[in-house]
Amino acid sequence: MSVTSPFVTPSASTNRIMRDVIIALVPGTLAYIWFFGFGLLVNLVLAVAFALLIESAILLLRRRPLKPYLSDYSAVVTAWLLALCLPMHSPWWLVAVGVGFAMIFGKHLYGGLGFNPFNPAMVGYVVLLISFPREMTTWFLPHDISGDMLGLDEAIAYSLGLADPGQWDALTGATPLDEYKTNLGRNMMVSEIRQSPIFGDFGGIGWEWIANWWLLGGIYLLYTRTIRWHIPLAMLGSLLLISSAFYLVDPDSVASPGFHLFSGGAMLGAFFIATDPVSSSTTPVGRLLYAALIGVLVYIIRTWGSYPDGVAFAVLLANMCVPLIDQYTQPRVFGTHRPDDRT
Amino acid sequence: MSTNPGPFRFHGGLHLDDHKSESLTGEIVASSLPAQLVLRVSQHIGEPNKPLVKAGDRVSRYQPLATSNEAVSAPLHSPVDGSVVAIEPRPIAHPSGHDDLCIVIEPDAQQVTAESGGNSSSEPNDLLDIIRQAGIVGLGGAVFPTAAKLQTALEHGIRTLIINGAECEPYITCDHQLMNSEAPSIVRGIAILQQILQPEETLIGIEDNKASALPAMQQALDAAQLANTRIVTIPSVYPSGGEKQLIRILTGHEIASGSLAFADGFLTQNVGTCAALTDAVDLARPLVDRVVTVTGPGVRQPGNWRVPLGTPISHLVEQAGGYAVDQPRLIMGGPMMGLPLDSDAIPVVKATNCILVLDRKDQPKVAECVRCSQCAEVCPAQLLPQQLYWHSRARQFDLAEQYHLFDCIECGCCSAVCPSHLPLVQFYRYAKSEIWEQRRKAYKSDRSRRRHEFREARIARQKALDEERRRQKREALAKKKKAPKKVKSEVDPKAAAVQAALERVKARKQEQQVVPKNTDNLSAEQQRQIEAAEQRRNRERQDKP
Repeated sequence: MSVTSPFVTPSASTNRIMRDVIIALVPGTLAYIWFFGFGLLVNLVLAVAFALLIESAILLLRRRPLKPYLSDYSAVVTAWLLALCLPMHSPWWLVAVGVGFAMIFGKHLYGGLGFNPFNPAMVGYVVLLISFPREMTTWFLPHDISGDMLGLDEAIAYSLGLADPGQWDALTGATPLDEYKTNLGRNMMVSEIRQSPIFGDFGGIGWEWIANWWLLGGIYLLYTRTIRWHIPLAMLGSLLLISSAFYLVDPDSVASPGFHLFSGGAMLGAFFIATDPVSSSTTPVGRLLYAALIGVLVYIIRTWGSYPDGVAFAVLLANMCVPLIDQYTQPRVFGTHRPDDRT
Repeated sequence: MSTNPGPFRFHGGLHLDDHKSESLTGEIVASSLPAQLVLRVSQHIGEPNKPLVKAGDRVSRYQPLATSNEAVSAPLHSPVDGSVVAIEPRPIAHPSGHDDLCIVIEPDAQQVTAESGGNSSSEPNDLLDIIRQAGIVGLGGAVFPTAAKLQTALEHGIRTLIINGAECEPYITCDHQLMNSEAPSIVRGIAILQQILQPEETLIGIEDNKASALPAMQQALDAAQLANTRIVTIPSVYPSGGEKQLIRILTGHEIASGSLAFADGFLTQNVGTCAALTDAVDLARPLVDRVVTVTGPGVRQPGNWRVPLGTPISHLVEQAGGYAVDQPRLIMGGPMMGLPLDSDAIPVVKATNCILVLDRKDQPKVAECVRCSQCAEVCPAQLLPQQLYWHSRARQFDLAEQYHLFDCIECGCCSAVCPSHLPLVQFYRYAKSEIWEQRRKAYKSDRSRRRHEFREARIARQKALDEERRRQKREALAKKKKAPKKVKSEVDPKAAAVQAALERVKARKQEQQVVPKNTDNLSAEQQRQIEAAEQRRNRERQDKP
């Protein structure tokens, strides 16, 4: 390829963007391990290892050089995000299947990084959620509530299937979003549901704190200009607006806006998942629409859908709308008075 | 100071490390003469020149070497007394790296021809003629013939004359140094432009990183006392020197997409061009040299030189202390929009504002686009470079055009921030040239198709005419055959034939009496054609039974 102007080397790089995302994930991840134990660490290590392995294998099949592609850290980010979505103690094969789907079907079959229309981590997660409902809903509770947690050796044994998982049944339970979904279905009042010991000030004990740390990581991403404000603001804003509206009408039978923001995948999704540049909208107005759509979909799925959380589905559904959104939200080009009508 | 609340902002742009101080030495040094000058025959945008001299000719300084009869062209003059040693293709500064016709001149040891003095006329048409004869082109880099530009501007009527002293590209200081050293000459050039165009106001845009140029220009302006002329300090945001960007900054006006500045009553001239106008009008000096910045980390003593056209770059680098790196990367122009050069034997042309010498380091690794849209944030044309890249790469040129590919000014901002280090502008240049090629082909095939259809139609018409004629003939024959049978009993066939002949003669006489129209003042050619047609007609009549 011949080289033409400009002859300036940009200081930013795709590697640096991915590295910043990983740095921003660290505080939340540490908080996660603090509240829930070593299971996440095991999942994380397994997921990253599988991701690098699978990515290498596909790159070899596609006859691409390994180093430049592996060193862009995109596989690590995908694996990390997926590991964060899994129940904290999961069998190793669950991780492998999820990461495999994410890397093969979510990413490389479309042409690799930059060509995937869907968020690969969410593709892997949704496949697991639909295919393995039992494994995907076995949630260990924070040790503040359950009173105990698995040690590192036990976590590894659980993951590799070397121990009988039945012995830890006492430590598992419903997540706060589950609790809401089930009990609202039984016509319980919100005030009654919140009597359950798993609830803290906003969301669940532990969960709400982790959400705070995701928020912190997100602010770091904004500060380093790795992401722009449009997507987190629009997603959390639309979730806040729609949940406030319903809460004001009927505070007894819907969860509070604070609960929605600080539960499940909302905060992680707003800063780390919906902001995936490849699968999200690429125009400023488009990003606002795209993220607002996710916020609304999260609320709809949580409130009226059959799954307790809806971030993954919401993101994938919004991914589908991206080409359309991009088409109709082109900025006004210099010297034109209105954006062209494209039909 | 004015009702104009400018400077205005434009979208995007970049704050770049300007690297200007390196080459701002405080003076413009006169370059020494090289052993040979290699003068590209056509150094302007427009119709190509043809050489007026041949190998072996002796030429004197300022003598025209090449010219064209077309309006959009600019003649080339000899910068020296000397002799033409060759007229042949030589390597030149061109994106494709191809050779082009050059006149090679060996300067005499003694340069004897001196300046001949000035012109006194201030008639716009006389001035335009002087400018045309002097071979002046836009020295900001576009090298569009100035006289042709002014002529078009005159026809449109210019409300605002804009003088471009922005010089927004990093490293380049030729305009800055010229404003420092020769501000009165620039201001005199502005006065000449005002004489020709009679604009309502004149705005001189200078970036705020050129602190030393501002007082020099202001002083010269005060001395010249030009009416409705003022300097506007503008923020140093690349690409503020782009024509449409500068007009936007100075006046808040946006030139419509696909439209030219003339249409809205604007004309932009570079400060270097203004100084060249002064030389041509006051000193009768054609454009034979220009100020060139030689700079970059690859040369030892950066600076500005007044360089005769045709000087090889190697000769310039020598004057700048030689190369400071082992593997220099030569660029004509700035780092953002400059043209890479394959060799330092390539000569300076009218477009050469800067020779930038960089270190040929390893290029950064190119990754895939992740649609981060940082490019869109800096695009001064408010395009979506990521989408343009996607469609250009996929050869979906119609979609690239829908995304306003042709509003791209190739400023390079998008590439300069791309974290995937994609050569984005290169993709846009590729897409543009492919689209032009397609259009050329479409035009050609369209024309062939039209010609073919016309031919088909002509043949069909001829056929129909022939058919009609045959039908009439057949009918006439049939009538003739029938007629005798009918009249046999009543009229003598002989008498009838006589009667018919008489009638034919009568009819012909009548016909001849009709005065043909539109036959006055015929040219000889027309007369000949008519006579030929008459002859044919007569033959045809005679052939009739």
